Amino acid sequence: MSRTLRRAIFAALLAGSAAIASPVAQAGPGEQYVPLPTYRVGAYASSGTLWWAGELDYFRYINDVEGGIDGVKLAYEEFETEWSPDRTVEVYERVKDGKDGSPIAFFFTHGTPATYALIEKAAADKIPLIDPAGGRTESTDGTVFPYAFPLLFNYYSQASVGINFIAQKEGGFDKLKGKKIVTVYHDSAYGRETQPAIQLLAKKYGFENIQIPVADPGSEQSAQWRKVREIKPDWVFLRTWGVSTPVAIKTAARFGIPADHIIGDVWAGSEADVIPAGTAAKGYQALAPYPGGPNFDIHARLRKDILDAGKSNLQDPKFFGSVYYNIGLVNAVLAVEALRTGHAKFGNRPLNGEEGRWAFEHLVIDEARLKKIGFLGLLQPIKLSPYDHEGGGAARIQQWDGTKWVLETDWIQADRETLRPLIEAKSAAYAKEHGITPRDPSKEN
Amino acid sequence: MSTFIETFVGGLLAGTMYSLVAIGFVLIYKASGVFNFAQGSILLFAALTFVTLKEAGIPFAAALVMTILILIAGSVAIERLILRPLANRSPMTLFMATLGLSYIVEGGAQGLMGAQVHQLDLGIDDVPLFIGDVLISQFDLVAAVTAVVLVGILALFFNKTRIGISLRAIADDTRAALSIGINQNRILQIVWSVAGIVGLVAGMLWGARQGVQFSLSLVVLKALPVLIIGGFTSIGGAIAGGLIVGAAENLAETYIGPLIGGGTTSWFAYFLALVFLYIRPAGLFGERVIERV
Amino acid sequence: MAVSSVATNTKAQLLSFSERRPRWGIALLLVTLLVIVPYFGSEYWLDAIIVPLLILSLAGLGLNLLTGYTGQTSLGSGGFMAVGAFSTFLFGIHAPFIPLPLALVGAGLIAAVVGLLFGLPSSRIKGFYLMVTSLAAQFFLEWVFLNFPWFYNYSSSGTVSLPHLALFSLDIGSTAGRYYLTVTIVIVLTWVAKNLLQSHVGRSWMAIRDMDTAAAVIGIPVHRYKNLAFAISSFYLGIAGALWAFAYLGSAGIQSFGINRSFQILFIIIIGGMGSIEGNFIGAAFISLLPLALDYVVQSVFAGHVDAGLLQNVQKAIFGFLIIWFLIKEPDGIARLIRNAKERIAVWPLRF
Repeated sequence: MSRTLRRAIFAALLAGSAAIASPVAQAGPGEQYVPLPTYRVGAYASSGTLWWAGELDYFRYINDVEGGIDGVKLAYEEFETEWSPDRTVEVYERVKDGKDGSPIAFFFTHGTPATYALIEKAAADKIPLIDPAGGRTESTDGTVFPYAFPLLFNYYSQASVGINFIAQKEGGFDKLKGKKIVTVYHDSAYGRETQPAIQLLAKKYGFENIQIPVADPGSEQSAQWRKVREIKPDWVFLRTWGVSTPVAIKTAARFGIPADHIIGDVWAGSEADVIPAGTAAKGYQALAPYPGGPNFDIHARLRKDILDAGKSNLQDPKFFGSVYYNIGLVNAVLAVEALRTGHAKFGNRPLNGEEGRWAFEHLVIDEARLKKIGFLGLLQPIKLSPYDHEGGGAARIQQWDGTKWVLETDWIQADRETLRPLIEAKSAAYAKEHGITPRDPSKEN
Repeated sequence: MSTFIETFVGGLLAGTMYSLVAIGFVLIYKASGVFNFAQGSILLFAALTFVTLKEAGIPFAAALVMTILILIAGSVAIERLILRPLANRSPMTLFMATLGLSYIVEGGAQGLMGAQVHQLDLGIDDVPLFIGDVLISQFDLVAAVTAVVLVGILALFFNKTRIGISLRAIADDTRAALSIGINQNRILQIVWSVAGIVGLVAGMLWGARQGVQFSLSLVVLKALPVLIIGGFTSIGGAIAGGLIVGAAENLAETYIGPLIGGGTTSWFAYFLALVFLYIRPAGLFGERVIERV
Repeated sequence: MAVSSVATNTKAQLLSFSERRPRWGIALLLVTLLVIVPYFGSEYWLDAIIVPLLILSLAGLGLNLLTGYTGQTSLGSGGFMAVGAFSTFLFGIHAPFIPLPLALVGAGLIAAVVGLLFGLPSSRIKGFYLMVTSLAAQFFLEWVFLNFPWFYNYSSSGTVSLPHLALFSLDIGSTAGRYYLTVTIVIVLTWVAKNLLQSHVGRSWMAIRDMDTAAAVIGIPVHRYKNLAFAISSFYLGIAGALWAFAYLGSAGIQSFGINRSFQILFIIIIGGMGSIEGNFIGAAFISLLPLALDYVVQSVFAGHVDAGLLQNVQKAIFGFLIIWFLIKEPDGIARLIRNAKERIAVWPLRF
């Protein structure tokens, strides 16, 4: 290749980068633009591909079968990020002004580190960050974080539901006194997020709280589980993610910790986490704000209109109804219902970030509505407010029987009153550090 | 005391898993002076191919043979398309080329065979064996035995077969070997194939332990300290290095970890390698390089 | 002979060309960077493309000083960038009266000290093995900035951010402000590097790279210059890290400075050209723009028809293929290609 051609390519790259102002798909007039930062490459792709399949299938269902939300169709578009928060930031910058006349009403971060990276930017740009069952816990306090939504189930609630379930199994909260509960956690901000909550609950109920870290990626955990065996705990709370989960379950079995006394958190409770562990995972339980299973009402509808019609994004229909697919469904329905709430107030048109914020803050989905949209049992009843950006705080418990997840309980509520002061203390500290005056929602419309 | 023995022995056994990965590196470095960063991706690719074939219904042995054939084909392609054009370039260039190769193999593996996690059941139960008071993992024991057998086979290969001796000739003095008619290209293809097969064995064992998924390729980062300590050019060194790294890492996490907050596994092996380098810059069994002006 | 007279003329031409260059070439470049780009550039282009490109070039320059000019292989760039970022944050939190430029310099100095510490083994360890000590640095620093919450002021997210960027009470948090901050720092540090490399320091470094035993024989204090290389390289990397965290991302955790970042910077200098200054910018452009361009092209042709996951993986494979292809075609990097082109032009229409 000649030298002129080489220099030309370099110049073209630089100039072309200026032209890459917006990506490829076209949003039609009156369509709501929904950008999706996805990861189909890299270490987390196994969960990612199923998650997007769920989201895309539901969006497609809304568009094709229901004709959009109140007639407003969704123009969704994917951007690869390889789970890197830096790349998610780049995608955010690319899409934050919307496309083809449609602004964006919210931004799914699809990953807690990305939420951390974008919190300030989104607040400045007035675009709500949606991170169900993840996000920054203190952003539950919407007065300090108007544009961050750890929807459905923040990390403190996770800890609390875990403890409540253990209490249920032990026969009452008074039985928790003196018990040993070990938390094996992935050594990262994600893994540490529940520590303040468990500490508080340990003080309240009198159980012993031991925390043991596992360094990333956690392919070798004998040292940790040997220690666990020495402690002889009553229960183990597993707060790992990725490959560290199956390795943990297997190593635990090797050291004689019974699987049915290990409870995994939300992100340690999918098929990908238990299948590699084989028989060791039988009896393992996990928190399920997003239960697994293909037999909810919405699945029947999707099966008819999307899966069997060949319109599904799933490459392998065997994964229909898996935990991550259902995570996608729930994420999508939360967005759709929020937009519906917003339409009721602002009119049936594409919404922008501020309107999206209002919509999410006034999102209410009760049991009747859940039944209507087919999510009864799959999604908990939720009610958000400007003070409460979580809105739910409950999860079911599912147990792995060797081939599939079986729901063991109904919705167990977290102890949100006890946890709220902790959250407010943290959000106040954040406000002070960043010079934010908490807003007063009662003065807004 | 039994904790110490258990930690120590457990670490030794875990270390053989690292050795298995390191052996693949040693083979290629010995033959061509290249640090093959793509070994991890090849490991992933091999394990994924095997599992995909098995899940498609092909019996164990047949799937194994098919995977090996694919690896051989891949090695021939790598030698022709990458190694030959880059002959005589600096080690850094070759290292970068293997980095690029790792992207190709990873993209290819996940693109062709999907990103899902697969279970790999080799029929080895991961149940604890008790020797006295000390708990030993049966799986790790099997892995250790496999490693030893593999080393034995490779030792035979290098010392008794014609190809093996030709390989050592190339590694020793390429020009001289070429001048007596040894076909370097063929040797390189064979070495990369063997390294691929070693990678397959390692990939199968690691996959059985943690599931065949993308993070398999990350074992590369654990193999590096093993290679430093054991030397880049010695297979026996890879075993020794693996044992040392495994035991030290386990002991450190158990005894030093609680003092400084845990999570030492990510860097302790590297620090150990650093210390070793100070004492023996070429590794325990590696060849000493004499610099001349 | 005709050839020798041409050769003398060439030399003179080359020399005068490189002397003339500073006058109008650099001036043009400066005008472009400081006036034309911010005026015409859209917010997205500046925020998400040009600023990270400049910062990555600066990081590449830092690594190049160590690896390209002094020959010390290092994969610890990410860790040193993290040191710079977290130090700047800590200055902002505990000593907010220190103006931003001083804080950046201070952070750079701290990174330099850390780099120096991890560079000490270079007195005994050489070549490829040195890479291992830099990896030790990388993983150790990653662990430090995760495990000790003091570094991120006990925030539960583990990320650091400066509440607002202010230069002597002038708010530079806007796109233009951050751009000017970045481009000024990059211009100044590049100028410093250029002068450093043309001085005896640079020459000693290159001597050490080419054959350190011989360099020692002729009296160059090899250890001292190696340590200096580590220190100065880490200084640059530290400032690049601080800019990455605060001028580009806004808030960053240790994940932004992991082993992948180190590999990325190494890629930049190898593709762009080790031992050259322009190479860093070209390499950074290659590494950050090519995936975007690839994505754009592939999506416009195939999107909607082929599974998105497959497309992304294919792109990854293509990226790897391009790296290998470039290495085959020109191992000294794109900068070398351009230099060859210039030399050819200088003697045109003759061949050499």
